[in-house]
Amino acid sequence: MKLERRPPRRKFFTRTAAVTSAVLLGGCDSLSRSEWFPKVLNSVSGITESVAKAVAGRKSMAEEFAEADRSPTFRSNGSDDPGTPEYEGWVATGFKGYKLSIGGMVAQPRAFTMDELRAMPARTQITRHDCVEGWSAIAKWKGVPLASLLAAVQPKPEARYAVFYCADPMGANNTDFYYESIDLDDAVHPQTILAYDLNDAALPVANGAPLRLRVERQLGYKHAKYITSIEFVDSFARIAGGKGGYWEDQGYQWWAGI
Amino acid sequence: MSLAAAPALTDAPPRSYLYYRHKLPVRVMHWINVIAFTVLFMSGLQIFNAHPALNWGKSSYNGKPPLLEIGARMGANGEPQGVTRVLGAEFDTTGFLGVTHGANGQLQPSAFPSWMMIPGSQWLSMARSWHFFFAWIFVVNGILFVLYTIFSRHLTRDLAPSGGELRGIGASIREHLRFKHATGEAAREYNVLQKLAYLVVIFGLLPAVILMGFGMSPWFNAAITGWVDWVGGRQSARTIHFIVAWMLVAFVFIHVFQVIITGVWNNLRSMITGRYRITNEGHHEA
Repeated sequence: MKLERRPPRRKFFTRTAAVTSAVLLGGCDSLSRSEWFPKVLNSVSGITESVAKAVAGRKSMAEEFAEADRSPTFRSNGSDDPGTPEYEGWVATGFKGYKLSIGGMVAQPRAFTMDELRAMPARTQITRHDCVEGWSAIAKWKGVPLASLLAAVQPKPEARYAVFYCADPMGANNTDFYYESIDLDDAVHPQTILAYDLNDAALPVANGAPLRLRVERQLGYKHAKYITSIEFVDSFARIAGGKGGYWEDQGYQWWAGI
Repeated sequence: MSLAAAPALTDAPPRSYLYYRHKLPVRVMHWINVIAFTVLFMSGLQIFNAHPALNWGKSSYNGKPPLLEIGARMGANGEPQGVTRVLGAEFDTTGFLGVTHGANGQLQPSAFPSWMMIPGSQWLSMARSWHFFFAWIFVVNGILFVLYTIFSRHLTRDLAPSGGELRGIGASIREHLRFKHATGEAAREYNVLQKLAYLVVIFGLLPAVILMGFGMSPWFNAAITGWVDWVGGRQSARTIHFIVAWMLVAFVFIHVFQVIITGVWNNLRSMITGRYRITNEGHHEA
C-alpha cells in the first residue's frame, strides 16, 4: 500500500459511500424505470387503504379549524388559469353562461347554474389542504355538499365512482384536461363539497373558479379545480389513462389518504 | 464487571471460543430492518425534495418562517448557489444542499444530492411508492421484533439494564469516551449505554418516526380528529418525522462505528451466523 498516495481518510469514506450508493442507486433507478417493479411497490396501496379505512373509519371527520388558524393567503398550485376561450368567456360574464352538468349512471341527469347551486343549502368549513409535496394551508371553504347533488340526480346502484371533469388543460393546445375521481363513500361524506367561496369571497380563478372539489381526507391533487361536469361510472378504466385522475395517470396513487 | 453471566465456569474460562450470541429471528429481522430503513430514509429525502422546507404548526403558511429551508438561487458569479436557512441564519451550501450533484455529476437545483435519494432524480410519485412499500416491511418487521423481544425474553434478559448497571452509568460513559470496551467474558453482555441506546431507538425513536408519518396522512389524521395538534400540528409532525429520521441515521453511524472499533469481523459474523468470539486475555477489565 502506498501510504503517501492515500487520500485523506474523510475523502476515502465519502468516495466509498458515493461509489457504493451509486451502484445501489443505479439498481434502484433501473428498478424504478422497469415495468414490473413499480407494480410490486404499488401492490400494497390497496392494503394501506383498507387499513386506513378500518382504523380511521369511512365516516371519520377531518379536523376543522378556527378562523385564526387560516393561512394569510391560500396558495395556488397546479393550474392557475385554464385560459381556454370557453373559460375566458365564462370569466368575462362572471360565470353566467357556466353550467355544471351531472350525468352518467344517474336516474336524473341535470345541469346546474351557479345561481342554482348558490341557492342550495351550503356548508362552510375551515380545513387544512395537504399537498402531496409536503406543504399544507388552512382556508375557509363554502359550497354545496356533494351529497345534495347526489340526492338530486340519484346515482344508479351500479355507479361506484364520481368522475370530475375540469376546464384546465394540462397538455399543449388545450388538450389533456385535468380530471379526478372519488368513490361514493367520499362523495356522500358531509365534508365533501363543491366549493364556490374561499375565505368569504368568490373562489378566485387561481384557486379553481367557479367550483372546486373539497375531499378533506385526501391529498390536494384529489381536490379538482374548474369542475365543468361530473359523471357517475362503474369503472374509470376507459377514461384518459385509466387510473382515475390526471396525476394518477402519471403514477400517483388513486387513493390519496396518505 | 461481573462474570456471573458466563456459563458454568468452574475453572478458568477457555482462552477463545465462539458462543451463540444472536438467535436467527433477531439476525433476520436486523437485516430486513437495515434494508427497509435505508430505503425509507433515501426515498424520504426524495419526498422532502418536493418541498424542501420544515415548518412548525398546524399548516405551512401560518405567518411564521420555516425552521429550515433549502433552496437554490443565482449567485453573484452567475452560477447557481445552494442556500440553506436554519432558524433565520443563512448558509451557502452549494455542492451538498440546495444545489447538488445530480446523477450525471453536474450541479443542479436539488435539496439533497442524487446519491442520497431513491430515486436519484426528482420523482415524487416513485419515491412515495418506494416509501410506502418499505414502510409496511419496516412496521411489520418492527412489530414482530418487539413481540419477539417480549416473548423470547430477549427484552428482559439482554436489553433491560439492571439497577446496578444504571448506577454504573457514569463509569460506562467514561469508558466510552476513552473508546474502552469490555473484553473477555464481560463482552458477552451489552453494556448499559448500549442497552439504553437500543431501548431508546426501539421504543422511542422508531415509534415516533412511524407515528409522525401517520401524522402527515389526512386520512389517519381523521382517525381521532385533531390528534396531530398534540404534537403542534401537521407540519410539526412532518418536522419531527424529519428530525427523528436523522437521529436514527446518527444512531446508525454510532452503531457502525462501535461495530468497527470493537472488532468488525467478529461483530458482523455474530449478526450473520450468530457466533460471537470471546477472547480471554488472562486479565479482565475492572
